[in-house]
Amino acid sequence: MCSLGVFPAPVTAAQTLFERNNELLSALHPGEHSQACDLPSPQFTRDTLKGHSRPESSSRSVFLDQRDTLWMRSAGAWRDAGLYGLLDEITNSAEEVPRFLAVGSACVLALLRWASSFHGSLFPHLTLSSDEMVAEFSQMLDWSDSALRSFAWHPHTDKFAVALLDDSIKIYKSNSSPTPTLKHRCQRSVCALQWKPLCGSALAVACQSCLLIWHVDPASLSTRPSSGCAQVLSHPGHSPITSIAWSPTGSLLVSASPVDTSMMVWDVAAESAVPLQRVGGGGVTYLSWSPDGSRLLAATPSALFRVWETRMWTCERWPCLKGSCQSACWSPDGGCLLLSMQGERVIYALTFSDLTGGPKAASVVADLSETTFPGPDGDLTVGGEVCSLSWDPRGERLAVLLKGDSQADNHPSVIAVFKTRSSPVFELLPCGFVMGEAGAEPRFMQFHPHFQHGALLTVCWSDGRISHVPFYFSSAGLLGGDSPQQALASNTTNPSSNKLYTEQIS
Amino acid sequence: MCLCETKFLSIYFQVVIWRAVASIAWSVLLLPVTTAVFVLLSRFSLFHPIQWISDCTSLLTASSTIFSLVVLCGIMSLFVFPLVVPSIPCSRMALLGTVLHPRQCVHSLVYCTMGMLVMWCASVTIGGRYSTLGTPCRQSESGEVVTCLNEYHLFLLLAGAFMGYSHSFLGVVQNMYYVSFQPIQQYKYPRFKGCLPMVVKCSVIQALYSARNFAALYFFFGYVPKTWISSTLNLQIDSSLQPLDSLTGLLDFSLLYHLSISGAFLYLTWYLTVLLFRIYVTEAYSFPVQSTFTEDAEQCLPKVLAEKNTLFLALQDLALLSQHSLSRRLEVFNLSQPGGHPHNWNAISGECLCLLSELTQRLVAHQDAVASNGRVKSQSASSDTRSASSSSSGTEDIAETPRLSVPVLTAPFTPDVDSPFSSPAIRRLVGQQDPHSPWSGTVQSPHIMRRGPKLWSASTGEKCPVRLLGEKGSSRFSVIPLHGLETSVNSCSCHTLNCSAQVKSFLAKRVLIMYLFNKLPEASSQALFADSQAHIWALQGLSHLVAASFSEDQFGVVQTTLPNILSCLVVLLEAVDRHFKLPHASSKPVRTLCSMGDSTYKTLRFALRAALKTAIYKITTTFGEHLNAVNISTEHRKRLQQFLEFKE
Repeated sequence: MCSLGVFPAPVTAAQTLFERNNELLSALHPGEHSQACDLPSPQFTRDTLKGHSRPESSSRSVFLDQRDTLWMRSAGAWRDAGLYGLLDEITNSAEEVPRFLAVGSACVLALLRWASSFHGSLFPHLTLSSDEMVAEFSQMLDWSDSALRSFAWHPHTDKFAVALLDDSIKIYKSNSSPTPTLKHRCQRSVCALQWKPLCGSALAVACQSCLLIWHVDPASLSTRPSSGCAQVLSHPGHSPITSIAWSPTGSLLVSASPVDTSMMVWDVAAESAVPLQRVGGGGVTYLSWSPDGSRLLAATPSALFRVWETRMWTCERWPCLKGSCQSACWSPDGGCLLLSMQGERVIYALTFSDLTGGPKAASVVADLSETTFPGPDGDLTVGGEVCSLSWDPRGERLAVLLKGDSQADNHPSVIAVFKTRSSPVFELLPCGFVMGEAGAEPRFMQFHPHFQHGALLTVCWSDGRISHVPFYFSSAGLLGGDSPQQALASNTTNPSSNKLYTEQIS
Repeated sequence: MCLCETKFLSIYFQVVIWRAVASIAWSVLLLPVTTAVFVLLSRFSLFHPIQWISDCTSLLTASSTIFSLVVLCGIMSLFVFPLVVPSIPCSRMALLGTVLHPRQCVHSLVYCTMGMLVMWCASVTIGGRYSTLGTPCRQSESGEVVTCLNEYHLFLLLAGAFMGYSHSFLGVVQNMYYVSFQPIQQYKYPRFKGCLPMVVKCSVIQALYSARNFAALYFFFGYVPKTWISSTLNLQIDSSLQPLDSLTGLLDFSLLYHLSISGAFLYLTWYLTVLLFRIYVTEAYSFPVQSTFTEDAEQCLPKVLAEKNTLFLALQDLALLSQHSLSRRLEVFNLSQPGGHPHNWNAISGECLCLLSELTQRLVAHQDAVASNGRVKSQSASSDTRSASSSSSGTEDIAETPRLSVPVLTAPFTPDVDSPFSSPAIRRLVGQQDPHSPWSGTVQSPHIMRRGPKLWSASTGEKCPVRLLGEKGSSRFSVIPLHGLETSVNSCSCHTLNCSAQVKSFLAKRVLIMYLFNKLPEASSQALFADSQAHIWALQGLSHLVAASFSEDQFGVVQTTLPNILSCLVVLLEAVDRHFKLPHASSKPVRTLCSMGDSTYKTLRFALRAALKTAIYKITTTFGEHLNAVNISTEHRKRLQQFLEFKE
């Protein structure tokens, strides 16, 4: 098991630029140029982006209060807020309605509230408001406060989409072509973005009230695609949507909402959905499709997650000990699943194989409890709960976003990067910490899906900057067809380094 | 040959008929449950819960209920076969024709009777004032006891007939018997459990609507059946009771409650049968790819793919095996044992390509029809001068004129009279004779290429019929001119055509006729893609097999057909792209929430386009730069290059 204690000490003064020769180099090193990649790294500040000044459905305060008839008000309340609103309205206007009606509606309202509070005590997340829920279950650290709301690389090209605080989405390409801005009436509180695999144009956006599928023509020069380019997919009771996952073949899209116990499997082109309902857990917060498409992880707000197999769509339940599953990632071959739980400072691994029929228990592969490194300007503490996990497509680097402590000033959120090795046994080896500029904390990270020279980690920082950190290494050959031989060769040629690490770990 | 057919029939029997029987058996087994719920609800009384429960249990074990159950079971076994390909009427007239078709009339009649029977059972079960048709009553003047008509019973019976008819009617209008396949596979029980709330909700809503409509109908016309029944059965009408065809009689809460409850029960039994049948019939069936015994060879995937009855199941199985089953993929790529020919792969890919190119031809023919319409309209001024010159060439087109019936798979009602579906069939024959020429070099516009051999007769399209289409009438009217033009073109026929066109333009000004005959927008487009689920599976199966062959195909059997597959896909993509430029083709239909009718067929064209692009991407991303070594035409290569750069 790997722990943070064996990591090289983080360099706090300057931004980490790249990894070369097994070493993370920062801007302090003389003679090192900026990155070799020509990817755009835009910066967004909170001041330039104007969020919504008013919360939803509160335009009432703008207008003068006018007394309508009871019927009008009741109808309005029914339309705006449903049964609750109607009962509330009747109870509040007790002098205008017959006494028995007012008393009856008050009783029913109390009963409903009691029932929903009971329900809420079973599943505490149901008492949160929609925005709070998104912030709670988003993969973005500190979602509500951040200028960047979500980020997604295109799986096949050098193109990424960024969702911003003002509910717009910008698409950046590697060359200096125009950056389209996507805006839509329904595009509120974007929690997740994902590009459709095996497609050049489709981008799925998880919004507060619905699911949007943008079709952004890559050849178009337009900077403001009309909202006619977006498909709106919605299902009653299925909002806010906090996670979406395309199947690796691009034929299906799964969406999840913490308030809905069923997750929706969409056939996007036909706009039809198949709900897959499992009541336990009280909702679905996070979805992750294994890269080979055979399994799908669905985390719930309770201490329970499920792993669906996608052939006949049956699931196995995995009750956890402590908290709910916060983040997870699959190995590129889909055989290994790494998980992090809320309230625990470890990473679990589940190994799936078709021969044994699945794992029996999760094993702990990394310990991420707080560790203090001495530095030139005081001690620095790193470690804590995991906010998100990301594994590079070659399966050689694992980035872990660790939550810091916002009260303590020397305990920031950091990204710890591990080297991973799958043979002979699955192992995590320390690589280093990715640091930002002074004062900037990482909020979100994702690996570039097809970087040529190793792995490329894209990090969204708290100051609104997006930067790219390349890791240059020669692959041990997990991707190629001749992987076993190469892996074997690399193992045999570097026995010393392997031995060194194992000694350190044990 | 005879043996083969019986074999095919046996597969068909095994798979489909057996599933139908199983689903009906299950719905019969579910009947006691729904009946129990119905009894509980119908006898519901808030203030005497214990009496309510004991009443219900005694009723459920009573002989009359068991007898009703037996009757209901008999009703369930009546069944109408669902369609895999929806029938899409293109104009309101066609819809009217479907509704008034004798077969449909018989169907409605049967459903009316079934509805009445179920309602009779329901009224017996509810008991009380509903139980019998005749009740003893005391005549007001003489005071003697006579048998009177029980209007409540009659009301429920008529409601049953009404609901039966509306079920049968909506079944046609909403395409309820169309069975769509789900995008994901699920076991039957979870799927049933997942769909059950939806079905209950639908049946309740439908019952409420029907109850409302029936109450209104009875209010206006209720006296007709009432007097008829009372006169034929010689029953008196009890004048002391409130008649039900009055406002006060209808505003009886208990009556409306029982009407909606028994209506919901009626719809629920039917909907459950439909649901169970859908679940059973869309279940995947695994055909063997190749068999070691020759007598089982007819049941193998390549053979089953060629058979129309089992085509959908076979394609579904192909799509599944291409994605999920390594061992079966290897069988597909395998060589035949004596001889070493890739028979499996050749048969499978050949069938898929055949299906796809048939769709391409259908689309091109449709576009031609629409395009020729436009062209004819635009040149309405200069007609007579050219008619002589072109009359000689007109004969050349005779080969294309016989308007054959629709291609194999399309719905029986493929509506569009104006789209000459004739040509695909013929061109398909031609295409089989010469597999290389028709599609190899035709990127820009296949329909020009189609006319390539007889280019000199291209002017045929622009002669006589021109004036005929002066009005903006339905394109239905254009059929005759096109037709006439191709068979015999001379001034005489032109004259008669002009006359008929005048008649039609006269008719076209009548609003009702226009309303009935005007084409519904999108309908022709929907009808073209009505069976596209098959094409989608063929695309998925082909693309996944080709992509898998990159690493799994040991003998290189796929490489030989790769150029064919790629050009077929690209040509289809162009045809689809051009189709989406037609008016109404890219407009999204309104989604209907909560109806048992499946409206998936309305969006099949979008699904097909997405599946096609995904299929091409799947192949291009897998093969990458290796595609440059594949022998395809430059135009197709250009298009594929777009896919390689993710510019589509």
